[in-house]
Amino acid sequence: MFNRDRWQEILEVLTSNWFRTVLTSFGVFWGILILIILLSAGKGLENGIRADFGDIATNTMFIWTRSTTKAHMGLPIGRNFRFKIQDVVTLKEKFPQLRYISPRNQLGGFGGNNNVVRGINTGAYNVYGDYPEIIKQEPMAITAGRFLNHNDINAKRKIAVIGLGVRNELYEKEEEVLGSYIKIQGVNFMVVGTYKKRTSNGDGEEGQKEIYVPFTAFSQAFNQGNNVGWMSITANDGYPITDMKMNIVNEMKSVHKVHPEDTRAVGFFDLYEEYNKVESLFGAMSFIGYFVGVLVLLSGIIGVSNIMLIVVKERTKEIGIRRALGEHPWSIKKQILLESIFLTIISGMAGIVFGALFIYGVNAILDANGPVDMFMNPSVNLGVVAAALVILIFSGLLAGFIPAQSAIKLRPIDALRTE
Amino acid sequence: MIEIKDLHKSYKMGSNSLHVLKGINFSVEEGELVAIMGSSGSGKSTLLNILGMLDEADEGEYMLDDIPIKNLNETKAANYRNKFLGFIFQSFNLINYKTALENVALPLYYQKMPRKQRQEKALKYLEQVGLKEWSHHLPSELSGGQKQRVAIARAMVAEPKVLLADELTGALDSKTSYEVMELIQNINDQGNTILVVTHEPDIAQMCKRIVHLKDGVIVKDEKVKQVRATAHV
Repeated sequence: MFNRDRWQEILEVLTSNWFRTVLTSFGVFWGILILIILLSAGKGLENGIRADFGDIATNTMFIWTRSTTKAHMGLPIGRNFRFKIQDVVTLKEKFPQLRYISPRNQLGGFGGNNNVVRGINTGAYNVYGDYPEIIKQEPMAITAGRFLNHNDINAKRKIAVIGLGVRNELYEKEEEVLGSYIKIQGVNFMVVGTYKKRTSNGDGEEGQKEIYVPFTAFSQAFNQGNNVGWMSITANDGYPITDMKMNIVNEMKSVHKVHPEDTRAVGFFDLYEEYNKVESLFGAMSFIGYFVGVLVLLSGIIGVSNIMLIVVKERTKEIGIRRALGEHPWSIKKQILLESIFLTIISGMAGIVFGALFIYGVNAILDANGPVDMFMNPSVNLGVVAAALVILIFSGLLAGFIPAQSAIKLRPIDALRTE
Repeated sequence: MIEIKDLHKSYKMGSNSLHVLKGINFSVEEGELVAIMGSSGSGKSTLLNILGMLDEADEGEYMLDDIPIKNLNETKAANYRNKFLGFIFQSFNLINYKTALENVALPLYYQKMPRKQRQEKALKYLEQVGLKEWSHHLPSELSGGQKQRVAIARAMVAEPKVLLADELTGALDSKTSYEVMELIQNINDQGNTILVVTHEPDIAQMCKRIVHLKDGVIVKDEKVKQVRATAHV
C-alpha cells in the first residue's frame, strides 16, 4: 500500500487534469462540510438549551394540592387540603431512592402586591420558605454571605437570602446588605446572603427577585402551621422520577384521604419528562444532521464515481498496455480504488478542516457579541470526525468499485485496440 | 520454442461467424527471426495475439518453451506475458505521462523488483537502444523512431523468451524503419527469438524466415537470405 511508485502514479493521474480533479473533489468537500456544519449547529443548539437548564437537578418533580373532585371516606367533594410537613418523612421512608425532598411555602408571586419593605423602599417579591437542600435542586451562586442551613431551620431563625434583583431595588449601590433587616409582610428578617441565578433565557430577571427564608421561620411568621405549599422531589441518578411519580402521587392521595381516581386533587409537574423530550429533540437533530449530510455526501461520491469511470475510459488503452506488459488485474483494480479513496479522503479532509474553521469563526463571533438565546459553543467532537473519516474511506471504496470493475472487465486485446 | 498445432479461431459478428484462422501448424526454434506476412484480413494479427496470450484460440495446441498455454485465467496470463513475452506495437504504446526510463522499467515493476535495481536494469537496456541520454524525457518529447526504440527496450527488459512485434515499422518512415530493423537484427544476433508481423516485403526480407498467411492458412513458409538493414542505412 505504501509503495512509492503506486503513490507517484496516483498523484500523476490526479494532477494531470487539475481542474477536473478539483471540481470532482468539491462534491465530497461540500458534503463533509455540510455534515460538519449541520452537526455542529445541532450541538450548538443542544449546548444552549442545556445551559438554560443549567445545573438544575433534572431528575425532579414538583407536587402540590388542589381541591378534590370526588367525595371519599365520608369527606365531601370540593374539599381543600394541604400537604403536611410529616409527608416529607413519609415519602422518605416509602421511597428510599429519593435524594432530596424540599417542602416549600410561598408568598407573593407573579403580579403580586408589594410585600417587602425596607426603609422607604418597597417591592413585590416571591418569598420562599425553604429547606437548605433547595440549593442542590435549584443551583444559585451565593455572591455574599451564606445560604440557609439546618441550624436556621432548627432555631427558626428569621433570616433571609435575597436575590441581586431585590438588593438593587431595596438598597443603595454601595450600602452594606449583610446584617440589615427587611420587613416581609410586617415581620423583620435579617439578610445573611445574596445570590445570583445563572440563566440566559427570559425569566432571568424574575429569578433574581426572590427571597429565601428558613421553612420553619416562614411557617411560624406567616401562620402556616404544619402546612406545606408544594414539594420539589429529586430522585437519585439511575431512578427516573418519571417511573416513580405515580406512586408518589398515589401515596399522597392515600395519606390525605383522596379518592384514588381523583385526578385533580394532587397536581404535579415532571421536569424529567420535559427534559427527556428535549433530549430526544437533540437526538432527532443529530439524526437530521447525519441524514442530510450523508445524502449530500452521497451526491459528491456519485460525482467521484462518475469521474473515475471517465478516467478509466480515458485510460482504457493504457490499461490494455499495462496488462500486455503483465500487470495483474487485481493490481489495476487496486490502483483505481486507491485513486478514488485518495481523492475522497483528501477532499473530505479539506471539508473537515474548512468545517472546523467555520465553527471556529462562528465561536469567535459568538464570543465577541455576547451570548445568544438557545445557542452556545457549536462544535463537533472527535468521534464525529472519526466517523466522517470512516464514511469517507468507505465511500471512496464505493465510488471506486464500479470503475475499477469496469477497468478490468475489458479484455486486454480489446483495450489495446481502443484509440 | 513455439509449437502450434491445428490452431482455429473464429469471431462471432452478430449472427455470422468469421473463421479467421483455419488450422495453423507452425513452429519456431530458439534464435529465429520470423516474419509473418499477409494482406489485411489474412489473420496475421490474430495469430500474433494468440501467441501473445492476449487472445485465446478456439481449438488447437500452443506450447511455449514446452509449457502448454491453455485455459489461462487473467492473472496467470498476466504472469506469463510478463515473464515469457515482450510486445512491440505499431503505435509504440508508451505510457505518455511516464518518462522513457519509467516506461522501460514497467515490466520489472510488475515483477515487484526493487526500485533501484529496476532503474539500473532499465537504464542498461535504454543504453543498448542508444537512448541513455533521453531516459528522463517523456514520450511526447521523442521522435517516432526513438519511441519505438524505447518500446523495444521495454519489451527486452524482462528478458523474455520471445519478442512479438506487430507492424513495428508501420508508423515510421523508411529510413527510421531500417534503423529500427537494424536494432531488431542486432537483438536477434544476440540469440533472441523474434516474431515480426508485417505487410512490407522489404521489412520481411530483413528476417531469416518468412511465413505467408492467406485467408487463415499458411500458404508458404520459407527461409530467406537475410538482408542486413545496415546496407540501407
